Amino acid sequence: MFDALSDKLESVFKKLRGQGVMTEDNIKEALREVRLALLEADVNFKVVKDFVERVREKAVGTLVLQSLSPGQQVVKIVHDELVALMGGDEDNSLDLAAKPPVSIMMVGLQGAGKTTSCGKLARYLKSQRRKPLLVPADVYRPAAIEQLKTLGRQLSMEVFDSQADQKPVDICSKALKYAELSGFDTVIFDTAGRHQIDDYLMDELVHIREAVEPREILFVADAMTGQEAVNVATGFNDRLGITGVVLTKLDGDAKGGAALSIKAVTGKPVKFVGLGEKLDALEVFHADRLVSRILGMGDVLTLIEKAQSTFDTKEAERLQKKLKKSNFDLEDFKAQLQQLKKMGSLESIMGMIPGMGKMMKQMQGAQPSEKELKRIEAIIDSMTRQERSNHQIINGSRRLRIAKGSGTTVQEVNQLLKRFTEAQKVVKQLQKLGPKGLMKGMGKGMGFPF
Amino acid sequence: MAEEKKGFFKGLLNKFTADASDTKVEQAEEAIPAEPKEKKGLFDRLKQGLTKTHESIIGRIDTLLLGKKQIDADVLEELEEILITADMGVKTTVELIRTLEQRLKRNELGDGEALKAALKQEISDRLAQVNSDLDVSAAKPFVILVIGVNGVGKTTTIGKLAAQYRRAGKKVLLAAGDTFRAAAAEQLEIWGERVGAEVVRHKEGADPSAVAFDACKAAVARDCDILLIDTAGRLHTKVNLMEEMKKIRRVIEREIPGAPHETLLVLDAATGQNAVSQASLFKEAAQVTGLILTKLDGTAKGGIVVAVSHEFSLPVRYIGVGEGVEDLRRFEPQQFVDAIF
Repeated sequence: MFDALSDKLESVFKKLRGQGVMTEDNIKEALREVRLALLEADVNFKVVKDFVERVREKAVGTLVLQSLSPGQQVVKIVHDELVALMGGDEDNSLDLAAKPPVSIMMVGLQGAGKTTSCGKLARYLKSQRRKPLLVPADVYRPAAIEQLKTLGRQLSMEVFDSQADQKPVDICSKALKYAELSGFDTVIFDTAGRHQIDDYLMDELVHIREAVEPREILFVADAMTGQEAVNVATGFNDRLGITGVVLTKLDGDAKGGAALSIKAVTGKPVKFVGLGEKLDALEVFHADRLVSRILGMGDVLTLIEKAQSTFDTKEAERLQKKLKKSNFDLEDFKAQLQQLKKMGSLESIMGMIPGMGKMMKQMQGAQPSEKELKRIEAIIDSMTRQERSNHQIINGSRRLRIAKGSGTTVQEVNQLLKRFTEAQKVVKQLQKLGPKGLMKGMGKGMGFPF
Repeated sequence: MAEEKKGFFKGLLNKFTADASDTKVEQAEEAIPAEPKEKKGLFDRLKQGLTKTHESIIGRIDTLLLGKKQIDADVLEELEEILITADMGVKTTVELIRTLEQRLKRNELGDGEALKAALKQEISDRLAQVNSDLDVSAAKPFVILVIGVNGVGKTTTIGKLAAQYRRAGKKVLLAAGDTFRAAAAEQLEIWGERVGAEVVRHKEGADPSAVAFDACKAAVARDCDILLIDTAGRLHTKVNLMEEMKKIRRVIEREIPGAPHETLLVLDAATGQNAVSQASLFKEAAQVTGLILTKLDGTAKGGIVVAVSHEFSLPVRYIGVGEGVEDLRRFEPQQFVDAIF
């Protein structure tokens, strides 16, 4: 639904063509769309109200530029305002400049992902050449301590030996002393999940804070949280004074509007985002990317960055040359898939491409999963060089041989060939459009050649 | 291999029938807290748990209606916002507002009270349409598969369900199908000890379908009334994880015909519009037959109950309105609506 904000605005503004200036009246409908879109993305209604007001002020009186459509103009204003709201280029890095050991406290509701985030954060800090100690202080949830210990083993990092019958405050002060004696420079405290209205448990957090004097108190929030996010964040911030936010489970299809609400009401920056179940799936937060996601513009920047870091430049150049020469063959098809695989799970990449969010729903089942990719590779590997460069010679008996060779069926080989010819068509179209057209095509979400 | 497995199970079975089950069950009976004294009555507990939901919907509607004698289109537009922000879902809200608009045209909405009454009726109609009770004595073993995204409270819910079924005198078996998250099986085992239910588990990282397979075999062999199968939390957008879940289902279907008799999707009440997406994709992949809404207490919004159950015609089986075992309650639509309004 949300991917369509730009589209919706386009249609609203069609009537506006030929008018010189945006006025209170002619953008009323557009602002309603903006409002609904933000509400649908779980941004808190009070935040939305203030926000739409600001956009109105900015938009009214703006000249309708020739080069941009009015819809694009409003989207741009909305985008810029949202980025400003999220802190823009503000520095979101952790503040650990204190006498070691520096304490970090993780707090939040049940099930937000605190323990997993602790593990991820420890791994991140280690990569920053720090030496963190993990301290489980959740004595309430069965096996929570064991969970952190297991994560510690996976990371080969030390976890403080907490016992479920100890008091959380005692565990934390003991752990801090232990860290000091054993030469750890950072201590991460994993606290139990709790409601912000649970006075008893909130008091406990206050006591822990007094005991360990944390440099950072990170509020862990589920990206899927609805309107409630504001109350929760305010509750924690009022009692504890959080220093930042970790937004988890952003690898799903939630828009993460909760982050906007939290930032708006607490003024505290989002510092990290969790993007998967694996321990390396933690990234430093970028405001403009989340905003693009909320607006359904696709997370192109992350994609490009990811591509830059993993794409083999030479291989890419070779592909580009090939693309120009218009003989895109099965070898290239495979190379392309392999490049994609390096960049991470296909689903996460698809989500980053503009317009793909919508496509993904239509393509449920049609898009290749990781496993399917392996099969595709096997099929292509079972072809001769000649077959790979000219797929038209692959007749019935060749198909049977390829199927047998790759442990698949003839149908699967047929499917692959069909998919390949489609990709070839797309590539040809892109060639016609040239490099500029390529970007445009991407913008419409149809440009990915398979 | 098959021979070995049989032997293993027989051994396990003997072990349990010989000593473990008897002593364990006895211990457990003491361990389960007795049925809570109904000091305040169940309805009051529910009402208390839903205070915030009440405030976020009715409180705001009251403010909206303050000083207004007539209901007009503007009021309905404001109402639309209130409902959306109570996480009622855009689709359901639009539908509700449309019905109210029609009523307004027929001059049925004279004042604020009439509007509230109409809204209440529309909501309870939508909930009642799809709700029915879960009858766990319909099969033996009655197999319940519990699924959902990460962190919604699947394992805790299973623990509470197990406690309630044990209290009702059922023999319960738990399957630790979450082999991915660190210490998930330990968490379930602690619950098992608490309530007196045996737990089938494998090593971390094992194939969850294998756990389900063993659990099904064990449930039949040990003559259990109810088998509760836990699964790892998975985001509904991850194709490979959804495939894994389908496989678990297939294995269960093959081992016990007609099973799983109930596939429960657990939703966190604090989830916003994403719950709709979760319900839609899980329903498609795993033929969800019922919903459980957790963490409805304290501060969460209950609107999503209406959105999801109505949009997907799924009955809400249980709602969690507190930390205690007895706070996981059977969902009664009328009571729920009464408690909110």
